[in-house]
Amino acid sequence: MTEATAKPGDATALARLRTAARALARRLSVDGRTGVIALPYAWLFVFFFVPFVIVAKISLAQMVLQRPPYTAFLLWPDGQTWPTIQVFWSNYAWLLQDPLYWIAYLNSLKIALVSTVLCLLVGYPIAYGIARTPATVRTLLLLMVILPFWTSFLLRVYAWIGILKQKGLINAALMSLGIIDQPLDMLHNDFSVYVGIVYSYLPFMILPLYATLEKLDVSLLEAAEDLGARPIRAFFTVTVPLSLPGILAGSMLVFIPAVGEFVIPSLLGGPDTLMIGKILWNEFFSNRDWPVASAVTIVLILVLVIPIVILQRQQVKAQEALE
Amino acid sequence: MTATLRISTALAVAGVLAATAATPASAQDKTLNVYNWSDYIHEDTIPMFEEEFGIEVNYDVYDSNAVLEGKLMAGNTGYDIVVPTSGFFQRQIQAGLYQKLDKSKLDNMKHLDDGIMQRMQRFDPGNQYGIPYMWGTNGIGYNVNMVAERLGEDAPTNSWDLLFDPDVVSKLSDCGVALLDSPTEVYPLVKHYLGIDPESEDPADLKKVEAHLKKIRPHVKYFHSSQYINDLANGDICVALGWSGDVYIAQSRASEAGQGVEVAYTIPKEGTVQWFDIMAIPADAPHPDAAHKWLNFNMRPKIAAQNTNYVWYPTANAAAEKYIDDEILNNPSIYPPPEIKDKLFVDVPNSAQYRRLRTRSWTSVKTGL
Repeated sequence: MTEATAKPGDATALARLRTAARALARRLSVDGRTGVIALPYAWLFVFFFVPFVIVAKISLAQMVLQRPPYTAFLLWPDGQTWPTIQVFWSNYAWLLQDPLYWIAYLNSLKIALVSTVLCLLVGYPIAYGIARTPATVRTLLLLMVILPFWTSFLLRVYAWIGILKQKGLINAALMSLGIIDQPLDMLHNDFSVYVGIVYSYLPFMILPLYATLEKLDVSLLEAAEDLGARPIRAFFTVTVPLSLPGILAGSMLVFIPAVGEFVIPSLLGGPDTLMIGKILWNEFFSNRDWPVASAVTIVLILVLVIPIVILQRQQVKAQEALE
Repeated sequence: MTATLRISTALAVAGVLAATAATPASAQDKTLNVYNWSDYIHEDTIPMFEEEFGIEVNYDVYDSNAVLEGKLMAGNTGYDIVVPTSGFFQRQIQAGLYQKLDKSKLDNMKHLDDGIMQRMQRFDPGNQYGIPYMWGTNGIGYNVNMVAERLGEDAPTNSWDLLFDPDVVSKLSDCGVALLDSPTEVYPLVKHYLGIDPESEDPADLKKVEAHLKKIRPHVKYFHSSQYINDLANGDICVALGWSGDVYIAQSRASEAGQGVEVAYTIPKEGTVQWFDIMAIPADAPHPDAAHKWLNFNMRPKIAAQNTNYVWYPTANAAAEKYIDDEILNNPSIYPPPEIKDKLFVDVPNSAQYRRLRTRSWTSVKTGL
C-alpha cells in the first residue's frame, strides 16, 4: 500500500519505502513471536507474580482486629499528596526467634525428600515396564496410572485410614492368617504419612519417566550388549543417564508439592508429625495472624525456589558445555 | 466447638462459591446460603422452610470455628447465616463481620430463654447481632465397659480425674484416649482443674497448664475434633474429651451397631465450659431478608424443639421445652441440674497475644518442641 502511493519514477524514494516496509514486516514478525512468548509470561504474571506480591505485602503488615485482619501497606491521610509506606519486619524476626519454624521447614524437606526417593524407586520400574510393553497394552496401562485421579484426592487419602488402622484391612488380614497376634501400629505416624504421599504422588513420577523412557532408542542398549555390557551395566550406563530429564522432572513434581503438603499429614499423620503446612494452618486459623502466615509462606517459597533456580542454571550450563 | 479440618468442610467450600453468583439483595430473596456445624439441624427443618417461604436453601457444614472465622475475615463468603460460638463471636462483632439484626422481623425472639440472653450480653451487648441457637458443654465421653475393666467399679467417671489425673489416665492408655484438637477447648478446662481462673491470661499459668498437659500427653492416642465420634462408637478408643451432643451421636451409633459397645457422657462434677452457638448474619450477606425469615422460623418453639430432639443439644428457646422429648429434657448431662449448672463457666475471647502463646504451647504439648 505504501508503495502504491509513491510516485513512479522516483527510484530513491521507492527504494527507501521498500526498506521501510521490509523493516516493518520484520518488526511485525518479531512482535508475533513476542506475542507467543507473552502468553505464558502473562499467565505467570497474573497467577504467580501478583499473588506473590500480595502475600509479600501482607507479610510486612501487622495483625489488627478488622477485615482484612492486617494493617494497610499504604497510608494515605487526607491532605497528603503522597502515601506513606508502612512496613513491619517483625514477622520475619519472629520466625528467627523460635526454632519451631526451622524445625518444621527441615522436617518438611526431609519428608518430601524421602517421599521423592521412594516414589522414584517405585515409579521407575513401573514406567520402564510400561514403556517396554506393546503399544496396544501400553495405552491401557497408562490409563490405569491416571485412573485414580477420577476419584477425589481427599477420599483416596481417607481410604488409607480404613486400610491402615488398628482394626483395618491389613491388620485384620494378617491377624486372621496368624502372622501377627498384636495389631501393627501403622496409622498416625511417619510411616502412614510416607504411604499417603508416595501413593498420591506416584503418577506424577511415573508419567514424566515414561515419557523419556518411551523415546529411548533400544538400539543403544543392543549396542551396549554387543560391546559386552551386562544388562545391569547397560541399564546404569545407558538407560539411567538418558532418562535423567524424566527423573528430574518427576522428582520436582513430587518434591515441591510434598513439602507444602497439609491434607495427608493431617489425616494420616500423628500429633507429632510437624510439617510447615500445619504451622501455616495454625498461624492462619488458630492465631488468625495473616502477616506471620504470609511470612512463613514467603520463606517457604524462597527455601524452595532458590535451590531449584540454582539447579536449573547448572543444568543449562552443563547442557551448553555438552553442545 | 472448635476443630481441625474434616472432609465435609473441604467439600462444602466449592458448593457455596458456585451457588452464590451475586444476586442483588431484595425483599424477594429466593435463595438463602446457610453455613452451619455438621450434624446440627433436624433433617426436616430445611425442607419445611423451603416449602413455606419458597426460598431455596444452600446448606453447607464445617466443624471448626477457626475455619469459619478465616473465611469471614477474607470476606465475600456469600453466606447469609453462620453459626459461630460465643467466645469467637465477640471479637468477630468487633471486627465488623456482622450486621445488626432487624428485630421488627424477629417477633419469635420472645421465646428465647431470658437467662441465656442475659449471659449473651457479655459477648453481644444489647443482643444486637446474634440469636443463640443451641448450647452445650465440654465433657467426657467414655466406653463404660472398657473403663470399668481397667479402673474397677469406683472409677472416677464423674470427675475430670478420669482424663486429667496422670495416674488414672495412664491406666487407660492402652484402650485409647483422645482430646479435642483445639487449645481453646482444652486450656480453660485444665486451668479450672488446676484451680486456676479459666480466664487468666498470665503466661505463668499457661506454663502450668502446659506442664500438666505434658504429663498426660504420653497417654493420649490422638488429638482430633470429630474423629472420636466414630472411634468411641466402634470401641477404637475408650475415653474422649468431647462435646455433649457429639458423644450422644457416638452413643446412638454404638447401640445401632449392636456390637455391645456402651458409650456414656458425663459433665464432671468440678464443672465445665458452657458455650453457646449463635446464628448471625454476615455484614456482606447477599440475602439479609431471607436470613431474617430463617432466624424467625428457627425460633418457633416447635422447630427449635424438633432440632434439639434430633441433635441432642439443649436449645436456647425456653418456649420449646414443652415439645422436647423427656429422655433429653430429663438427662442431667444434657440439661444439667442446678447444682451442676452453677459450676458451668463460659468461654471468653482471648487477646491475640495470649492466643499466639497458647497455640505455641499447644504445639509444644503435641510435638514436644
